[in-house]
Amino acid sequence: MKLKVNNIEHDVAAPEDMPLLWVLRDLLGLTGTKYGCGMAQCGACTVHVDGRPVRSCVLPAAAVRGRAVTTIEGLSAGGLHAVQRAWIEADVVQCGYCQPGQIMAAAGLLAARPQPSDADIDAALSANLCRCGTYQRIRAAVHRAAELGGKP
Amino acid sequence: MSARAGVDRRQFLKTSAGLVIGFTVAPEMGLKALQAPAPKPLPDPNAFLRIGTDESVTVQLAHSEMGQGIWTTLPMLVAEELGCDWSKVRVEHAPAAPAYAHTVMGMQMTGGSTSTWSEFDRYRQAGAMAREMLIAAAAQEWGVEPSACRAENGFVLQGGKKLSFGHLAAAAQKARPPARVELKDPKDWKLLGKPTKRLDSPEKVTGRAQFGMDVRLPGMLTAVVARCPVFGGRVRSLRAEKAKAVAGVKAVVEVPSGVAVVAEHFWAAKRGRDALEIDWDPGAGAGLDTDRLREQFRAMAATPGAKASSAGDVEAGMKSAAKTLEAEYEVPYLAHATMEPMNCTVRLTPGGCEIWTGTQFQTMDQKNAAEITGLKPEQITIHTMFLGGGFGRRATPGSDFVSEAVHVAKASGVGAPVKVVWTREDDMRGGYYRPMWLHRLRAALSDDGRPVAWRQTIVGQSILAGTPFEAMMVKDGVDQTSVEGASDSPYVRGTPNHLVDLHSPRTVIPVLWWRSVGHTHTAFVMESFVDELAHAAAQDPLEYRRRLLKDHPRHLGTLNLAAEKAGWGEPLPDGRFRGLAVHESFESFVAQVAEVSIEAGRVRVHRVVCAVDCGVCANPAGVEAQAQSGVAFGLTAALYGELALKAGRVQQSNFHDYPLLRLRDMPRVEVHIVASKAKSGGVGEVAVPPIAPAVANAVFAATGKRLRRLPLRLA
Repeated sequence: MKLKVNNIEHDVAAPEDMPLLWVLRDLLGLTGTKYGCGMAQCGACTVHVDGRPVRSCVLPAAAVRGRAVTTIEGLSAGGLHAVQRAWIEADVVQCGYCQPGQIMAAAGLLAARPQPSDADIDAALSANLCRCGTYQRIRAAVHRAAELGGKP
Repeated sequence: MSARAGVDRRQFLKTSAGLVIGFTVAPEMGLKALQAPAPKPLPDPNAFLRIGTDESVTVQLAHSEMGQGIWTTLPMLVAEELGCDWSKVRVEHAPAAPAYAHTVMGMQMTGGSTSTWSEFDRYRQAGAMAREMLIAAAAQEWGVEPSACRAENGFVLQGGKKLSFGHLAAAAQKARPPARVELKDPKDWKLLGKPTKRLDSPEKVTGRAQFGMDVRLPGMLTAVVARCPVFGGRVRSLRAEKAKAVAGVKAVVEVPSGVAVVAEHFWAAKRGRDALEIDWDPGAGAGLDTDRLREQFRAMAATPGAKASSAGDVEAGMKSAAKTLEAEYEVPYLAHATMEPMNCTVRLTPGGCEIWTGTQFQTMDQKNAAEITGLKPEQITIHTMFLGGGFGRRATPGSDFVSEAVHVAKASGVGAPVKVVWTREDDMRGGYYRPMWLHRLRAALSDDGRPVAWRQTIVGQSILAGTPFEAMMVKDGVDQTSVEGASDSPYVRGTPNHLVDLHSPRTVIPVLWWRSVGHTHTAFVMESFVDELAHAAAQDPLEYRRRLLKDHPRHLGTLNLAAEKAGWGEPLPDGRFRGLAVHESFESFVAQVAEVSIEAGRVRVHRVVCAVDCGVCANPAGVEAQAQSGVAFGLTAALYGELALKAGRVQQSNFHDYPLLRLRDMPRVEVHIVASKAKSGGVGEVAVPPIAPAVANAVFAATGKRLRRLPLRLA
């Protein structure tokens, strides 16, 4: 099937039911998007489809034919997205495994709400788990990213 | 996108110019090393850093980065002494080799909150030695005395002249490593002790960081393993036809832990695994039920166990007292639930075995892989990848997830590298849990409220029984990791008549260290029970602890700091209540004040003030991050964590039934670090123990209910 990922068209030989996550990771080599739970419970697999955050672990690849998929690798065409810069400034990461998903969720939030409140952040990011407990810094970094303009 | 980390490293070692002098890998294995630490007077600097002609300084990390921040802190130790430009520092996980054996434990490993303090001298010495070699090279080039030169910000300086480290690297390579080096006086530190941001952020925010799960090798296959749903069970019979019919499945092989489906990619392997028809012989574990097990523990707690600490005459002390209290405390089995599920990639070749994984236990992994393959330990190459969380799970004495992957690679006979991936469900149900514990306590108070007799029986599985660590760390039937934080508690030791004893029942449930180990249960019990004693003595919990801890200045220091910053005793908004706890673990001291409310019958934690005394603090930014992290990790256990078995089967499977703390429930954590010149203690685990009792004590303040079981439930 044909998939458009990070503005590149790919022709992949994948079973119809293969989740987008595994197409990205195992067939396209885009390993920045992580496997955490396989049932949309943790958010580690968050990517954007047509600009909106989705859980790629439960989304059959066939469902995104003809739509624009963006992964952490493609979040910012050149340099770093404001969210990524804010993440570095706020020294957010620990083990780092969940962070691509957190960043994709945060970028999605800022695209929809450029100046999010704490309540907006709670609502948008509470489905992304972080076992290291970096939440306090994630909150701070989302606000900082908003100050930085929220865009690539 | 193919396993850059591993391949590049070896090529780099071969081809890079600079300060690398014939460092060879000749492992001395496992227990031999473990029992004969005998560290060298000075490290081999070449094992720990490499200076490139491009001015880069590459630090080899003897420990594994799993979030705790040693990717930054250990290089700080080198850089402080080396005098390099911090922005030029690069970091790599070291290969598995004897040069990287833990300076105290004698094997290459990461755990016990030891990385920073155990490397405090070795990494600084390596930096200082390299500095002296660079200075010697510069002095020779200039024809001056080395003593006339100094190193700063990546240059050697003398008078108005300067030469860069990169320029000097090749000549420094020929210099003789100094026989002794002087380390800087801490008052002259420029980097250590200053909050320093993480070096691994850029790769971790871009998705470039390579975790074990991300390894890709040419021709690599992926395997998913069916393991018996009951611990200790075996395959009775297997029908693999349907699995083999799944497109992409290459092989189905039996291994000691179950049946592996090897396929072109994860999805095919998982679909193949799900299509296996296996008749399991569950074995003796089929009767296991954690509710029943708890009742057995309860009965056991009424009988004397192996003595862990005793003094005076407990029964006489009880009789003489004005007041006595009794209580039972319980905590369940817990999963580590690292965000990155277990995985391991193995490539077998005729004379070798290469392993890519996130591990805390390189030396044991080498030893175990050697036994399975029949190779020598030095033929086992380990590429340590970033760990997507460890918390102890990636440090199994039997190297469970590594050993299994080696078995799969060996059995599959496909010649291709194989990555074994655990699904979340496999990971949750695959064992190696924090054990379930039950404590039975009795205490007697004198007229002034002080305990005069203390009787405590602890029941739970030993995590060390049956492992190579048993001989070292189990004494007279007492696994020290079962009783740490209780038998050595200042409350117990300060009670003239006391007895703490231990039962260590065996079950087939695999158990393991879990971030802060024994302190995960003992801190909850001790700090909750002392709170009970304070209330029984009609004394303020802070004042009561101050009295009992008056001869323990570092406990008192953190207790007073946390209380002051939290405004202990001052009014709170309506519906908010405070609770307090202080606990020593891993040679550090942490006090926490939690502010909670009860909303719709649920405990909500709003704010945690955390005071940390970890002795000399290498990186305050890292300590703050670990304190926040420890609170979050401990809150998951305090509020949600519970793993139960029925008919031998683990009842939980994924995050919907084993929930973790979420962002909206994360309290504001304010961290205060005590300025200290004491020897550095641990950091990574030490903020976990106090949070559950601090919250439980706050819940008591709010409701008058004493919750003696985790997770805390009001209904």
